[in-house]
Amino acid sequence: MSATPNPIGLPILSLLIFGPLAAVLVALLIRSDRWLRWWTLLATSAAAVGSLPLYFAFDTSTPDFQFLEDASWIPALHIRYTLGLDGISLLLVLLTTLIMPLCVLASWRYITHRVREFMICLLIMETAMVGVFCALDAILFFVFWEAMLIPMSLLIGVWGGPRKVYAALKFFIYTMAGSVFLLVALIALRLQTGSFNIPGMMGYPYSPGFQCWVFLACAISFAIKVPMFPFHTWLPAAHVEAPTAGSVLLASILLKMGTYGFLRFCLPITPYATHLFMPYMVGLSLAAVLYGGFTALAQSDLKKLVAYSSVGHMGFATLGIFALNVAGLEGALLQMINHGVTTGALFIVVGIIYERLHTRDLDRTAGLGKHMPVFTAFLGVFALSSLAFPGTNSFIGEFLVLTGGFAYSKSVVLWAAPGVVLAAAYMLRTLQKIAYGGTRNPDHSGLADLSLREMVTLAPLLVFVFWIGLHPQPFTRVMHASVQRLLEHSSHASAFALVPPH
Amino acid sequence: MIADFFMAFLPELVLLTGALVLFVVCLGEGRERLARFVALGTALLAGAGALLTLTQKHTLFDGVYAVDSFSQLLKLVVASGFACVLLLDDRLTDIREDVRPEYFLFLTLSVCGLAMLVSAIELITLVVALELSSFPLYLLVPMRREHQGQRAQMESAIKYVMFGVAANGIMLFGMSYLFGLTGSTSLPVLLVKLQPILHTPLAIAALALTFCGLFYKLAVFPFHFWTPDVYQSASNAVTGLIASVPKIGAVAVLIRLVSLAAPESQTLALLVTVLAVASMFYGNLIALQQKDFKRLLGFSSIAHAGYALIGFVALDQAGYTAALYYIIGYLFMVLACFAVICRVSTDGANLAIEDLAGLHRRAPLLAITLVTGVFALAGLPPFVGFTGKLSLLSAALSRGHLALVVIAVINTAIAAYYYLSVVREAFFRDAGDRPAIALGWPTRVLCLALIASIVALGVAPARLFDLISASLGCVSLPF
Repeated sequence: MSATPNPIGLPILSLLIFGPLAAVLVALLIRSDRWLRWWTLLATSAAAVGSLPLYFAFDTSTPDFQFLEDASWIPALHIRYTLGLDGISLLLVLLTTLIMPLCVLASWRYITHRVREFMICLLIMETAMVGVFCALDAILFFVFWEAMLIPMSLLIGVWGGPRKVYAALKFFIYTMAGSVFLLVALIALRLQTGSFNIPGMMGYPYSPGFQCWVFLACAISFAIKVPMFPFHTWLPAAHVEAPTAGSVLLASILLKMGTYGFLRFCLPITPYATHLFMPYMVGLSLAAVLYGGFTALAQSDLKKLVAYSSVGHMGFATLGIFALNVAGLEGALLQMINHGVTTGALFIVVGIIYERLHTRDLDRTAGLGKHMPVFTAFLGVFALSSLAFPGTNSFIGEFLVLTGGFAYSKSVVLWAAPGVVLAAAYMLRTLQKIAYGGTRNPDHSGLADLSLREMVTLAPLLVFVFWIGLHPQPFTRVMHASVQRLLEHSSHASAFALVPPH
Repeated sequence: MIADFFMAFLPELVLLTGALVLFVVCLGEGRERLARFVALGTALLAGAGALLTLTQKHTLFDGVYAVDSFSQLLKLVVASGFACVLLLDDRLTDIREDVRPEYFLFLTLSVCGLAMLVSAIELITLVVALELSSFPLYLLVPMRREHQGQRAQMESAIKYVMFGVAANGIMLFGMSYLFGLTGSTSLPVLLVKLQPILHTPLAIAALALTFCGLFYKLAVFPFHFWTPDVYQSASNAVTGLIASVPKIGAVAVLIRLVSLAAPESQTLALLVTVLAVASMFYGNLIALQQKDFKRLLGFSSIAHAGYALIGFVALDQAGYTAALYYIIGYLFMVLACFAVICRVSTDGANLAIEDLAGLHRRAPLLAITLVTGVFALAGLPPFVGFTGKLSLLSAALSRGHLALVVIAVINTAIAAYYYLSVVREAFFRDAGDRPAIALGWPTRVLCLALIASIVALGVAPARLFDLISASLGCVSLPF
């Protein structure tokens, strides 16, 4: 692995990872709920601002890992503390640090009991999430990966809705059951290559059979996290029961970890197996696109609707990944960011409705537009973004993915295109109902429109919807080199060069 | 020379003196407080003694007793476990009032036996030390106060004794073969003389039978039958002791004995594999159904014995290091759970899992201790249970035991469910009319110390790994 030195000088990744954890210590001392909220907002905003230099100091000309940090950790087990970013993980780290302050803002009024514990869970989540995207040591990755389980299931199980316990347990057990196989695969990789270094695992001549087992063990873990059809059943339960901030975190960041895992482990480390399983993964992605779309169409609970639309959107992301070409991969990466922005925003929107009406039922929210015009404007933009309307962010992402899918096989697009139409159908239906409703809308005359805090929460996401939609170069620019390198690792030629002909 | 001897024997001397003092204390009436202080002092001094002698290297009593960094490290762990057990229950409500001072006496004697066990390098010494550690436990189990119509502690004590004696009998039987084959009972001599005949069925049978006594202590399937009943029927603090410290001794001796079979003995590796798999599945599957928290921990201890055995399948230093590291971590994890049990159950009665409801409101510190201990047992990072499992799986996989490793991780996933059901009660359920729990400062210190050790051993285990592998170097193993 070649490496470029850290241009910033500070161990910035460690600071970003452990800064929130340090903020937990202060949070333990603060007595008043009010100040706790402010402190968490300050800490997460500081992390967001602190992560900006990453983008500006990032060298887009090289596919190598940057901002490297490396230290000995557990020599007896060959585990090191290695951090670094490339074009694939950079935007995901930035997305995480951007979403976190918004999560705090979105729970400002919603969370009224055990505020301290809630904020501590959020901060620990930030540590773990940034850590997952930065880790270059497989075990370090796994530690952060699993470290999310406890705070996330607490977020769902303590502050969630009526069936919160069921949802929290389902989330926990699903994820844990998937990740144990990942651990075996990581150990097996270490025994082959001699270290847990992730870049060191790429391009190593593993035997085809070994690759298949490692691919499957990793894929099951990542597929559950994405979640790919048919491993998605935990998602609607978790989304529906989680508090707003929990839903946003789940949708915006946690789901990305599955696709990130595919990009970081499956494609470059087991290229032969990737090619072998490619048709099946594409098939599952298409199934997710269609299944998510049809199921979302039938929902009357807004959160469930957005949750199932997530299944469909993430289907696009995995489709782009397993199309294995530049357009598909860049589209998938962009789609990951887009989904984080748009679906995160939609969950905040649903949370805003819930705080006012204490229901998420589509019929009972009908006709909000009359009394909440500003809110409806925001909702309209995010709904259009969700259905990939031209000019919004998702359009670019889905267009690239479909281009990549077209290059892979024409029939793929034939199956994926209805997914786009379905998205239009369920989103427009929702938008129509909330904005206008019918002739007999419930009485919403007493409702207040968005407060300043709520506008501040949604505004950054709105900016990104149009920014990515109209001028995506600043975002795709950083990916190019890394995507090229990834394709070299996982290209057909290199995958089969190491394998004897049949 | 004499000074050297006393120096090397310091931890055991402290424990023996403590036991003698406690014996005198027990002669009077109402000496409970005094006995507690003497026992606690003994534990701390013994720990300090072990720390002082960490670098000693001696062979005492004509070569039957080794004092090396391996034994001293384990004595340090045993002593700290002893101190934790003493702090577990500060009122002993469930021990009959008239025998409370004796409780401390037997506790100290049992720990003394364990401290000697980890140093024994001769079969007879080993048996004597094993019995010294076991017999006080047989007495501690029925010390629980009798409730109306409930004498389960008597039944389980009988069960414990019968199984213990039977397992020891089998162990002695195996040892007799080892002696017959080699003409010696000294482990270093056995190590040399057994090598040429290691592949013979008789040698393998002798070793396998010898392991039985330790499998009983570890509660490995099929020597586990006493576990759930004893866990359920003994008082909470006594269960805390039985569940934790003796496992250290068992693993230590197992390392010394299994190394007789190393480097090559596929038959024994297979035997250990089968036992490990059976223990994991049996313990985890039955634990899923448990309603009583202690009984649940009992079945989970069977599963954890299975995990620890994974380290022995590898039959190499990495495996032994992993097993030892895991069992040291297990000591702290399980003690964290018992600390919570002892505090939540104010009258000393058994604790159903529902009784933990709303613990995060009733006693936040206990809730955090519980969640740390339980998630560590489940094998989640950053706790010691994860690092331990990682090292065990690495060791086994590096020797090609893929099937065993896959079975182990499947079991980890199964186990997650019942550990989670404990957390569910503590965090996701309302307390109802259950009262808040006030904690004294010794409890707070104990809880914080246990949490700190579980996290520290999990996050920064490099030092302990170095210490363990260095100390394994001084056990005369043929690496």
